[in-house]
Amino acid sequence: MQLLTVSQLNMYLRDLLDADDLLRDVWVEGEISSFSRHFSGHCYFTLKEGEAQIGAVMWKSVAARLAALPANGEAVLAHGRVAFYEVRGQVQLYVDTLRPAGIGLLQAQFERLKERLAAEGLFDPSRKRPLPLLPHRIGIVTSPTGAALQDVLNILRRRYPLAEIVFAPCRVQGAGAAETIINALYALYETNVDVIIVARGGGGAEDLWTFNDEQVARAVFASPVPVVSGVGHETDTTLIDFVADVRAPTPSAAAELVSPDIVALTDDIAHMRNRLEAAMTQRLANARETIDRLKLRLSLRSPESRIRRDRQHIDELLRRATSTLERRLILARTRLDGARGRLEALSPLATLARGYAIVQSPTGTLITEAAQVAPDDRIEIIVRRGRFHAHVE
Amino acid sequence: MTQTNERSPGEEYETLYSRLQQIVEQLETGDLPLALALALYEEGVATAEACQRLLDHAALRVRTLMDGGDQSLAMTETDE
Repeated sequence: MQLLTVSQLNMYLRDLLDADDLLRDVWVEGEISSFSRHFSGHCYFTLKEGEAQIGAVMWKSVAARLAALPANGEAVLAHGRVAFYEVRGQVQLYVDTLRPAGIGLLQAQFERLKERLAAEGLFDPSRKRPLPLLPHRIGIVTSPTGAALQDVLNILRRRYPLAEIVFAPCRVQGAGAAETIINALYALYETNVDVIIVARGGGGAEDLWTFNDEQVARAVFASPVPVVSGVGHETDTTLIDFVADVRAPTPSAAAELVSPDIVALTDDIAHMRNRLEAAMTQRLANARETIDRLKLRLSLRSPESRIRRDRQHIDELLRRATSTLERRLILARTRLDGARGRLEALSPLATLARGYAIVQSPTGTLITEAAQVAPDDRIEIIVRRGRFHAHVE
Repeated sequence: MTQTNERSPGEEYETLYSRLQQIVEQLETGDLPLALALALYEEGVATAEACQRLLDHAALRVRTLMDGGDQSLAMTETDE
């Protein structure tokens, strides 16, 4: 038998426990009781199961990673190491991870909260607002260090660099994160953003727990502008997804939803230019047509055409007059020729041509009987060519 | 509270774009006097070019609100 001091015994027990592999890495299921948070931030509680219990310690750093501090009566799964606390001679569980046990009380609480908020109308489809077509200012609520922010900015830079981004940083997990999200949201409400994206990259269900916070949901509900939630991955659904005006499966998808595509915008401008050209071409064609029509009407009424028409009329009249005259001339000439023929047949000259002569007195009296002359009378004899005087014997 | 009164590129774009839309519709539907049509057309072309310039030269601007529950909310500008 050996005599030990208390310190020696405790040291022995400590070494004994430390040497055990199982106790260094153990999951313990139980119910929280006597939970207390020291002003240092460290948490102390008891894990109970029926009559059995074990003291547990959760350091401040571990507690800070939790979405919410556990409450007494909550069923949890605690992970950590079992060690001997020599000062008080107690065996304790040093918790480094704490999760709701099974579907857990938290999940049940969440379902109850969801039902309550649904009944209040927070998820009412009729209050969902459409996203602005061309948001001028886009608010983003997310962690300054997370990938979600860069994802969102990259998409917006590529798709819609005309936007102005107002970034409201917050913490997206751990104790107090909900409060920073609410503050970030209300800070954005005081600015003139047109739409707000609440984003957080994927993570375990407990990492997204902050977005199931009732006050966060109410803060989103209070937004004066449409809110797009882009929290987690496709399959994760949190409370704010129900409250938000539009739910996007990822932060990148949220950014795409709020931004028009610059390629589409460029196409649209080109299309407008084409319409502009076409409309102007049409207008010019119309103008040209009108001018042509007017020119035609003008030329029809111009004095020149009147003169041309009159001149044509005069020409026609003149032609008709000429031809009439010509016909009459021909007729007259024919008649004249006939008359001349007849005249020539009757002409004394024709008789003369046949060798007869005309005898007349110097006074021109035609002598047709011998009794008209006496001897020594002078007479004039006309023959076919010429005339001469003679003495009657 | 911090409110910017200057027009953002997005606002400018939207204003120009709706003016462009208006001009195109007016040219397409109205039997405008030719002088007015020509003036509108020239304005339309210039407006379309201004829109395109905005799209071509836009660079995303990011303002960051101060972190945490700080009610004074000073603004910081970051050139992205």
